[in-house]
Amino acid sequence: MNQWKNFTKGFIKENAVFVLLLGLCPTLAVTSSAINGLGMGLATTFVLVASNMVVTSVKSFIPDKVRIPSFIVIIASFVTIVELVMQAYTPALFDTLGIFIPLIVVNCLVLGRAEGFASKQSFLSSMIDGLGMGLGFTFALTLLGSVREMLGNGSIFDVKFATGDAILIFILQPGAFIVLGYLIALINKLRKTT
Amino acid sequence: MAKKVKSSFINMVLTLTIITVLASLALGSIYNLTLEPIAAAKKAARERAIKLVLPSFDSLNSLMVKIPVDPSLAEQGNGDQDSLEFHRAFENGKCIGIAVSTFSNQAYDPTQIQIMVGFLPDGVIDSTVVTQQKETPGLGTKMTGAKFNGQFAGKNPATFKLFVTKDGGQVDAITASTISSRAVCDALRRAYRTFESFEKEGGTE
Repeated sequence: MNQWKNFTKGFIKENAVFVLLLGLCPTLAVTSSAINGLGMGLATTFVLVASNMVVTSVKSFIPDKVRIPSFIVIIASFVTIVELVMQAYTPALFDTLGIFIPLIVVNCLVLGRAEGFASKQSFLSSMIDGLGMGLGFTFALTLLGSVREMLGNGSIFDVKFATGDAILIFILQPGAFIVLGYLIALINKLRKTT
Repeated sequence: MAKKVKSSFINMVLTLTIITVLASLALGSIYNLTLEPIAAAKKAARERAIKLVLPSFDSLNSLMVKIPVDPSLAEQGNGDQDSLEFHRAFENGKCIGIAVSTFSNQAYDPTQIQIMVGFLPDGVIDSTVVTQQKETPGLGTKMTGAKFNGQFAGKNPATFKLFVTKDGGQVDAITASTISSRAVCDALRRAYRTFESFEKEGGTE
């Protein structure tokens, strides 16, 4: 398998958020600012890479009928590790992402890659797949967060560029749906033309 | 591809046992590794908040103080907490103020808001800082801003009514966030009431 293609497919062609529409709950909930999206994306990427690597290494020891519970335990362990490490070293980010970190466990993207990819492919492919999909997810969340922050708060990565009030609805929940809808339309247009 | 292990009962039980034991081992060791940094991060955050709300000091003395029972308020909104954390700050052995970690359960979001408020020995608020809140972004979150918080600095709650103007007080509420503003007032009143009763018992001596 071409590893470069394997790596880049997560960005546009098989982007988890814009194309596969996986893991939308954290996507919509935490992207009220660019930095939140980036933090959530990177945390998910770490879990995705680590769980893909472990799942692919142990796949031949796991009987078929208990593979899903086994994967979930592996994923949940890594999520808890991320939670503890963030709490210890990046308390500010942990405060904003709050309850969404434990929710990475039930992010369909992570289980989806473990079940659909890592349990069938080689170690290297699985690692690169995890990295590519994770960074694609991060890219999507950061893009969504940036657009919402720009429209809703007049700033990007906490740097103000506009004074006065902005369009508040974009950092509230309905704004997440509106922006996501337009971004999906845009990505679909891009995919059709390339 | 390597030969798959058969899904027999014994294999499944063994696999799951091994996986969960390994996972617990990994989590246990990470928990032990991060225990100290997490405690340190929390302590640092608390000390940062105390430094923000009080003049400079060289030593701290923390204690829990019971919230006085006020029958007219029927003690609503205290939840299951009956005391507040007081941090007495000393400079050269003299008490220069008390930072009180107060709370309110009446914010817009069900999450409790927590505020660190610094009282000078005469009861004047030196300044306040919101340490925990999950209010609506762009509306209630303005409670952390200087514009709203600034109005408490230098005020003595004995003469400054800690209610929003709509309720007959002197606090300018955040536009479109009366509930959040009320919660802040609620937290500050709780802090001042406790501070007053602590004073009566000679707390700042």
